Amino acid sequence: MGNSILEVENLVKSYGAVQAVRGVSFSVQEGEVFGLLGPNGAGKTSTVEILEGLRDPDSGRVSVCGLDPQRDSQALKHEIGAALQSTSLPDKLRVMEALRLFSSFYKRRRNPEELLKRFGLEEKRNAFYSQLSGGQKQRLALAMALVNDPKVLFFDEPTAGLDPQVRREIYDIIEELKGEKKTIVMTTHYIEEAERLCDRVAIVDHGKVVALGTPRELKTRSGGSTRIEVRLARPEPDGALKNLDGVADAREVGGAYVLHSHRPPQTIVAIVKHLEAQGNELVSLEIASPSLEDVFIEMTGRRLRD
Amino acid sequence: MRNFATLTRMRIQLTLRNKMFLFFTVLMPFGFFFLYAGVFAKGQPLVVKFFLGPVVALTVMGSFWGLSAALVTFREQGILRRFHVTPVTASDMLASSIVANYVLMFPTVFLEFVFARAVFHVTNFGDLLATFILISIGTVSFASLGLVVASITNTMQETQVINQLLWLPLIFLSGATFPLVFLPKMVQKVSLFLPATYLVQGLRRAIFESAPLWDHNVLISLGSLVCWAILTFFLSAQLFRWEPEVKVRRNAKLLVIATAIPFLLLGLWENKFGNITSQAQSAFDSLNGPPKSAPPPDAPK
Repeated sequence: MGNSILEVENLVKSYGAVQAVRGVSFSVQEGEVFGLLGPNGAGKTSTVEILEGLRDPDSGRVSVCGLDPQRDSQALKHEIGAALQSTSLPDKLRVMEALRLFSSFYKRRRNPEELLKRFGLEEKRNAFYSQLSGGQKQRLALAMALVNDPKVLFFDEPTAGLDPQVRREIYDIIEELKGEKKTIVMTTHYIEEAERLCDRVAIVDHGKVVALGTPRELKTRSGGSTRIEVRLARPEPDGALKNLDGVADAREVGGAYVLHSHRPPQTIVAIVKHLEAQGNELVSLEIASPSLEDVFIEMTGRRLRD
Repeated sequence: MRNFATLTRMRIQLTLRNKMFLFFTVLMPFGFFFLYAGVFAKGQPLVVKFFLGPVVALTVMGSFWGLSAALVTFREQGILRRFHVTPVTASDMLASSIVANYVLMFPTVFLEFVFARAVFHVTNFGDLLATFILISIGTVSFASLGLVVASITNTMQETQVINQLLWLPLIFLSGATFPLVFLPKMVQKVSLFLPATYLVQGLRRAIFESAPLWDHNVLISLGSLVCWAILTFFLSAQLFRWEPEVKVRRNAKLLVIATAIPFLLLGLWENKFGNITSQAQSAFDSLNGPPKSAPPPDAPK
């Protein structure tokens, strides 16, 4: 391992009877973009909030920039920057005022003018927060995360609720930060986002890390195979499709059958023959190269977007 | 310290941009002022002077209303959350609320005195130092009360209900609306347990009776309000919550009762040995009958 700037070991956090985080462990290298991918309620936000020092864990060991967020939260806050989920600013605060105000809290500061320019908010410098569009608010949130030139950045669902075009703008910004070798920990429930932006991804479900690796590693681990999704007129008995030619794995997900195959052409022929023999019919068939979604389905038996 | 200063500046800026502020901190107090001075006192300088204490007390006590609402809004909208990831501390946040409120409140109070002089020809405002310190301590302590309200309520609705519940007894039982002597004897006894009474009566004593800082009852007012301000500020810092999802701690209500202890004890003591109510009575009597001692310089002709 290189120099890990952030380490999490066996993190546990409950809210009353609900266990939100159940033994999460991972470490993040300096300059890496690390993603926590999982459905809503998987424990991603809780994990990140513990790392930021906003919440105390029930148990487990956490270190960020060599600091314990619980004990050294004040020192840690100078080293991190964050774009949180469901936060806002006072309606009547102007863009430039917000950047100036927040940079005034830190020992190390970046020029707010430069951030304004870089995040395309120059024209909005005197606009009230309440007058900004969703995308502009998010760009301001990212700019504000950088006011102290932090060592580690936390982006919690940076594109949730934004339309596709704005989402792409945010991707460009994060890729630029990645180019500057910033360490970024981000959570997302968008596959595309994790695949495109993250150097490594931890797939999180029900408060646990179910898989961890580079997007490529995770995909090859899932068989490195082509994904074939079929819908049938009548259900097939369990396991019937698993034994077909070339099939590494087959499971039913939400009414469709998802198969992974090393030899797609042979598998498709086999499926058609099998269905003919059973008197069943093919309703639809889709072929795709495997994505992190497949890894998620494989690990949890569910789709990410359910 | 620097965070506290920049936060205070932001709070002042934001409040000045808020139309609700204009209503509660400027229009409403002046409404009260002209109602009291013009209608109740019929513009007679001595009577205006008598009512100046209650009017100023009302202005000062109004602090808790706006402050609790602002803080709860900040929490509900996730604004406090954003500050929580910065090195800003709960005390920075709370102290800046109090100081911003003080800075915004002061011009209003000052103008009330200016109007009393310019419009109603009140030429003497009693002991200025005692008045100034009472107003300052009163503003800080009622602002702290607002912070406590914010910290023991989860939603804006709850906050407004508690504010209403507090406001009514504070203004009706303290002598801030009706002079204390108008209240039945039983209610007068109850009023001696309320912080507001000590503010209103202390101000009356300093303004109307020109009592200096070291006057027995002025000192009691100051001392009790200072104790109360410290307790409430400390409590609000203890109970401060950054996150909207974090609910009020169960022992919070008990702690709030603890902040009432100084006034509980003081009320008992004042009921037994004090002379606040009889002083209020003779001050009121002096408005009607010829004053027993030397007439004040601005007595009605």
